Formats: sequence, C-alpha cells, structure tokens
Amino acid sequence: MIFENEHLLPGQVGQFFIILAFISSIVSAISYFTASKSQLEDEKQKWIRLARGAFFLESFSLLAVFIGIFYICSHHYFEYFYAYKHASKELEPKYLLACIWEGQEGSFLLWSLWHCVLGSILIFTAKKREAPVMAIVNIAQVFLVLMILGVYFLNVRIGSSPFVLTRNELVGPIFSQADYLTFLKDGVGLNPLLRNYWMVVHPPILFLGFASTIVPIAFAYSSLFTKDWGGWVKAALPWTLLSACVLGTGIMMGGKWAYESLSFGGYWAWDPVENAVLVPWLILVAGLHCMAVFNSTKNALRASYFFIILTYLFVLYSTFLTRTGILGDTSVHAFTEAGTAMNVLIGIFVIAIPIPVFFMYFKNYKKIPTIQKEEDISSREFWMFIGALILFLSALFIISITSLPVYNKIFGSNIAEPADREFAYNKVLVLVAVIVGLLTGASQFLKYKNTGNKYLIKKLSLPFGIALAATILLAIFYPSEFTKKGPGFLMAIYFALFASIFSLIANAFYLRTVLNWNLKAGGAAISHLGFALLIGGMLISSGNRKVISDNSKTGLVIPFAKDPTGRGTEDPMENLTLLKGVPTQMGKYIVTYVNDSASNEKDRTFYNLHFQKKDSVTGKVEENFVLTPDAYRMKDNNLTSNPGTKHYLTHDIFTYISTISVPIPESDTTTFKQHDMSIGDSVFYSKGYFILNKIEKNPQNERFNFSPTDTSLVADITVYGNDGTSYKAYPALSIKNQELNFINDTVISQNLYLNFSGITGNNKFKINSKETDKLTDFITLKAYYFPYINLVWLGLVIMSCGFVISLVNRINAPRLYAYLSVGLVFVFLFYMFLLANS
Amino acid sequence: MKTSSIIILVVIAAAIGALLMYSVNFSTYDTVSSAKQKQGQYVHLIAKLDKSKPIQYDALKDPNYLSFYAVDSLGNSTQVIYHNPKPPELEQSERVVLKGKMEGNVFECNDILLKCPSKYKDNKQELEKSVSQY
Repeated sequence: MIFENEHLLPGQVGQFFIILAFISSIVSAISYFTASKSQLEDEKQKWIRLARGAFFLESFSLLAVFIGIFYICSHHYFEYFYAYKHASKELEPKYLLACIWEGQEGSFLLWSLWHCVLGSILIFTAKKREAPVMAIVNIAQVFLVLMILGVYFLNVRIGSSPFVLTRNELVGPIFSQADYLTFLKDGVGLNPLLRNYWMVVHPPILFLGFASTIVPIAFAYSSLFTKDWGGWVKAALPWTLLSACVLGTGIMMGGKWAYESLSFGGYWAWDPVENAVLVPWLILVAGLHCMAVFNSTKNALRASYFFIILTYLFVLYSTFLTRTGILGDTSVHAFTEAGTAMNVLIGIFVIAIPIPVFFMYFKNYKKIPTIQKEEDISSREFWMFIGALILFLSALFIISITSLPVYNKIFGSNIAEPADREFAYNKVLVLVAVIVGLLTGASQFLKYKNTGNKYLIKKLSLPFGIALAATILLAIFYPSEFTKKGPGFLMAIYFALFASIFSLIANAFYLRTVLNWNLKAGGAAISHLGFALLIGGMLISSGNRKVISDNSKTGLVIPFAKDPTGRGTEDPMENLTLLKGVPTQMGKYIVTYVNDSASNEKDRTFYNLHFQKKDSVTGKVEENFVLTPDAYRMKDNNLTSNPGTKHYLTHDIFTYISTISVPIPESDTTTFKQHDMSIGDSVFYSKGYFILNKIEKNPQNERFNFSPTDTSLVADITVYGNDGTSYKAYPALSIKNQELNFINDTVISQNLYLNFSGITGNNKFKINSKETDKLTDFITLKAYYFPYINLVWLGLVIMSCGFVISLVNRINAPRLYAYLSVGLVFVFLFYMFLLANS
Repeated sequence: MKTSSIIILVVIAAAIGALLMYSVNFSTYDTVSSAKQKQGQYVHLIAKLDKSKPIQYDALKDPNYLSFYAVDSLGNSTQVIYHNPKPPELEQSERVVLKGKMEGNVFECNDILLKCPSKYKDNKQELEKSVSQY
C-alpha cells in the first residue's frame, strides 16, 4: 500500500548515518587497537591516520543523526514513532531539545556525541597515549551506536532506532488506511514534569559528566597496556577534575530541577535514579584524591587505578539500573523497560570495558609500584587516603541499598526499601558529613610527608574555636527543629553542622593565611569551601524545613466519615483546601486563591494565589505577593503539578497544588447564549451586566503569551455585578497551526462563563455567555517554608569554580586558551539558559 | 602501603558495611493476608483499587482523609486510610503499591505509588489503545 503524506527521506538518511557511524566506530576501534599493538613507528602512524579518519567520519555521522531527529521532531512528522512519542504541536520550541533527550535513543545519542567531542580533543592532546585511549573511547562508541542501530540480526532487533515508523511499531486499524496520518493529528508530547528549563540544560551536563568518566579509565588502561605505571596519572588528572566538576554540577542541577518542577518538596529524595549517579561521583572524587596523592608523593597508585576503574563500572551500572526497568516499583522516574534484547545489550555494555581493565589491573597488581614505607600519621596523604576510603564506603553503602530490586530479581526475594527511606540514608551519611567536614577542614594545613604538631595546632585552633562558637550560637538562636528522629540524630546534625562550618572557615583561613588570596593556587581549598557550604546549607534547609499548610493548627476540618484508625496527633494534616475567593490563614500568611488562568499549553492551568502577611499588632502589611503554581490535568484525570515558589535571599516559600476541584461535568445542560456585540455594547445577565471594552490582537501580558506565528483575538470585558462588584474577563480565540482554539474565561463568583467565538458578517463580535450553578472551585495546597536554600546553590557554584581553577592550573596549554575555553562553555550554558527562559 | 594493612582496611570496611546494612530496617512486599499477620509492621502492599466499594474523599471537608478498598491478586481486600489528598489518578490506576502498616483490619497508608496508563508512554499497548480510538 502507498501511504499518503509520509516524509520518508529524513528517516532513510538518518538511518544511513546511524549505520555509517556504527561501521566507522568499529573501523576506528580496530585501527586504534592495531596501532597500539604495532611496534613499527611507520605502520603505527598509518593505522592512526586511518583510525582518525574513521573517528571523524563517525562524529560527522552522529551529528547528522542528531540533526535528523531534531528535524523530524521540529517538523512534527508523526509518521516517525520517536516524534509521535516525544513531540507535540503545542509544545514550545524551547523544549524541543528536551524532547530529544526524553527518550532512550536520544539520550544514548547525546552521550555518544559527547564522546565525539572529548575524542576530538584527545586526538590532539593525548600524544603517545592516543592509540590505546581512543581504542577504549571507540569501543564505548560501538556499544552506544549499537543501542540506536535498530537492525535485525537472527530475527532479534539489535538496538532501537529513532527513525522507526509509527505504523510499523503500533498495531491498530488506522494503520491499514492509506491516509492514516490524517488521524495522527498530534503527538503524545513531552512529559509535563520535564517541561522545565532545567530539563533543557541538565541532561547535556549530566551526560557530559557520564561521557567524560571514560577518559580517566582509558588512560589507566593505556598505562596497564603499555606497562608504563604511574605516568598516566598526570595526564588523566585534568580529565578527572573535569569529570568530577561536570558530573557534580549535573547531579545538583538535577536537584534544582526536582526542586522547581517536582512536588515532593525538596532537591534530594534518595531516589534510586539520583543515587545511581551520586555513587560514581563519590568514587570518582575518591579516585581524584588518590591521584593527587600519587602526584605529590608516589603513594596510592594502586588505589588510583582501582577507584578510577570502579567509577566507570558504576557509571555503566547506573545506566543499567535506570534503563532496564529493573527499578520498577521503587523509583518515580526511571525509564521503562525496553525489551529483553535491549536489556541484554545494556548488560554487556556494563561489563565490556571495566571488567577486562579490572582483569589487567589484578594481573599486574604486583608490578604496580608502591612505596614500602608507611605514611606518617601526620602527613596529608594519610588523611587524604582515609577521606577517599570514607567516600568509597559511603558510596558502597548507598549502592547496596539502591540495588535491592537487583537482589530481588536474582534471588527471588521480596525485600522492600525501609519505611523511612530518607532517614535510612541520612542517619549514616550525616556521620560521613562529620568526618568529611573535619578532614576537608584540617587536611589543607597538613603537609605531604609529615607535619609538625605545633604548626597544626597553631593554624587550626582559631577556625576550630570560631566554628564551635558559631555552632553554639546557631543552636541557641536558630535551633534545628528536626526533633522527630530523637535527640541522637539531632546531636549528629549539630556535629555535622559544626564540621561543615569548621571546614568552611578553615578553608577560608587557608586561602587567606597560606595562599594570601592567591586564588589560582587555591582550587582545592575553594572546592572544599564550596562543598562545606553545600553540606551546611543542606543541613540547615532540610533540618528546618517546615510545612506551613498545616491544617491541624489553622485550617478548618469537618470530620465527615468515622476514621477507623482514630486520628492520632502524628498523622499528617499537611494539605489545606482553599476555596476560590475565600482568604484562609496559613502559617503566618493569609492566602487567597484569586483565580486561574489558562496557558497556551494544552491542559495546563495556572492558579493565582495571593499571599499576605500582616503584623499581628499593628495590622500593617509586611509581605504581599502572588504565587502561581500550575497543574496539568490530563485526559484521564492524571494531575501533574509544578510548584510555585517565592524566592527570598534567606528563604523560599514553596507551594504546589495537590488536588483541584473536578471541572464542570459533561452533564452540564446549560448552553451558551450568543450575543452579537460591538465595542462598548453591554449585555445583561441574571446578576448584572457586562461590557465589551475592546478587542486586542496578539496581546502580550502575564496572562497571554502568543507567539508571533499565532493569530489571536482577545476580548476585553468588564463584568459589573448587581452587588457593586466588578471583574475583568478575557475570553479569546486563537488560530494555531491552522486550528481554531477557544480560551474561555470564567467569573466564578458570578457563576458566569464567557466565550468569544468569532466575528459576524456585519463586523460585530460573537460573545457567548453561560450561567451555571456548579460547585465552588477549590484547590488543595501544600506549602513549605525552606530556609537558607540559597546556601546549597551557592555552595555548588563555589565548588564547581574550585574544580575549574584546579583544572585550568593542571592543563599544559597556555592559560589564555584554558580560560578562553572555560569562558566559552559558560557562554554556551548562559545561551541555553536564555533560550530556555525566553 | 603494605599488603597486610590493606587487608586490615578491607576487613574493617567490610565490618563497617555489615554494621551499616544491619542498621537499616528493610521492609517487605506483602499480600493482604500476610500483612494482616504482621500487625503494626511496615510493609509494601501490592494491590488494585477495589472499584466495587466506595472511595471516600471530600477535600472541602477534610483534604487529609482518604479511604478506599484495595484488593490483592489473591482476592483478599482491606480498607485503606491515607492521611493525604487523593491522588487524582487513583481511579484510573491499574496497580497500586501501598506503603504502610496494618492496624487491625485497616491498612494505614503513608505513601501510595500508582501505576497509571498515561505515565507510561513507552508502554506500546497503551499507545495502541489511544490510537485505535480514532
């Protein structure tokens, strides 16, 4: 059968480039491997030339594939399954990139594109290690391209191509019709949870972090392969710093996204998906410290190898956890299962590189040089090693709980995660924070080999004293209210708080007294300072987070059913119902649900909540602001809400909608009455009258945000009630993608619905009105008070800057180029940010 | 570092790890009848919404009280009390994972995980269902 209106060319071209990328990555991998084995310089150079050519061809092909996906998504070619699943017509263009990395195929592609970028840099910088290093990068590329290959081999589909057709993937009666595309008017679109600008920026950063972890292990492999122990560390150190910086930033950007877009009220929930990326970062940082120790003292070489190889294994393991559907019941945001063949493929990818390298490591273990002399207990390297070990242990602890579904799968057991997941992790990691805080604070002042006790006491006693005083002051004037886990945990919080403050101050002192504010040499101190601020900010903001929508204190409760459990005092009453137009006391605020406004996006509604805080004595208004949390109500009643947050320097007021009233039932029998109105005409309804003030074309205001390609008309109407009240209403009609849409408006307190349906022949406007006695609109709200959350974000930024400074210092390239490239990255990020915020 | 000290470190690490794991109170996946035998113990109940029994929820009166009945794959059912708003997609859910404990004949729930059609766009059957509506 010939199907009508299909655009098959971009898919065929895209598929061609996928296959070309696959073949050239194999050619490049084999050539690099042969080059690395070759003894003759002449022959080696020949192979390297071939390998480079193949690598650049592969990079070009992958870029073409990316452009292909972008093309089918941006043109809404729903004959392609990928576009149908991830794109939709109403989706704003700024989310197009997010569409691409929403799916498995797009995110694998993103990962492999970063390999291309990193590989191109390595070709010019790795010098004599180029062949073995690039061989590893290309083996990973072969696997990643395999994931999107979508070719049948012995009746099994290997990988899943982004260019498969909807009619081949889905079974349905419409696909036997030549004109099936006329039925596929719109795609499923991007998951509402992902419609956030952080979702445009955060995945590329995270995947750069993922992709960059291959470089350290590739260097480790090159040294094991050439039996040139130790030399790799210096070359790999800048790459490890880059990885730690990018991966760390990516993880916390995910936290920022969760905070702004998810409704669990926080930035970190110990969700398996979050843990799965945190673990490789912790091990990477452990490895980074061992490498730094080796660089200065020739100690800890074996540990460096071990941690670096393990990091990559855990990066791939996290891919396995999130992409095979194994997390199933335990995580809110894992990918769903992609089929057995895909799972097996991912499984092979997990072990294909790290296990052989581990094998080489253990085989050569005895040959890797170590220093026989024990480290001095007052030496910096000893404590750095202890710190690395602590990070490694906490990573093991986290991953062993996260892997529960894997044990269940293997052993057929039915163990579930603990009752209070967050506490199960927190009670252990708060102790880790104490140790890490003390170590990062004190170890800066330690010297390699050994340190004099007097020097240490002299340098550390002041930061120690200040931190102690600060903690005591905090405990008195701003006590942590996290008492629900008992005094033991509260003490641990204070210890951790003390340790973070100590680390913060000690590192600042180090910058001042030892380095004289020579920031260029202080990358490590700056990173540690940022990390301490991050941890301290987490302790304060999470410890003192308060639910302010507490019904038990302020709200009105009418028990309507006998609660068979009897309501205990510990039962949560954390949600507050707000009736439209009725001011309600919530914490220190009086909150009024003023109205709601439709959005350009399908099914999305913004709820305007007016917050007012008055002085209890004078009655003077102290704070006055409007928050607009929003919610998507899907066809099947599925509600996805996005928080509305008021940011202050010292705290955030964080709200989200937990329930909304059921919309007007379909059985509503009242119908619209049509009025043909000119500008200035008035029409009476049962409780008053309304006037059409004007008609505006494509207005731009906080309520409407039409794109220039839309054609829209908005009626500006004032409603005057008989009781002397007046209201504004803006029913509108818009033409978008050749489809006519009506945006109705309601004046709830008058039970009046207004609709603008068009223009009559004699230049009058068709305004329709309807009155209905439906239930009052209401929403149920959950609201938090988040103190000092900005410390967390500030800490993150400082930490990343520290990494960048260390990185620039360790690159052999001229300073200017180094700073220039870092600057370029920031400009790029800022551009993405602007793009997403436009 | 000497091999002996590495071995000691590994042993200490393993011991700490074992202690930490021991400190975590893992829960289990249960059916209604096995949960009833573990009165007051925190369990994960895998069940379905019992659509033959009423769902009680009225946000206008008390937004923090939801009562419904859940039935497991063996056909046993129990009342569930949840002190939070009703998840909007509860009625559409195909499967629910309830976290909480049995108190008498009532399951006191702290957290509900829903498996819903629209959240799983990668599920081909669901996509096919929506395509055949045209």
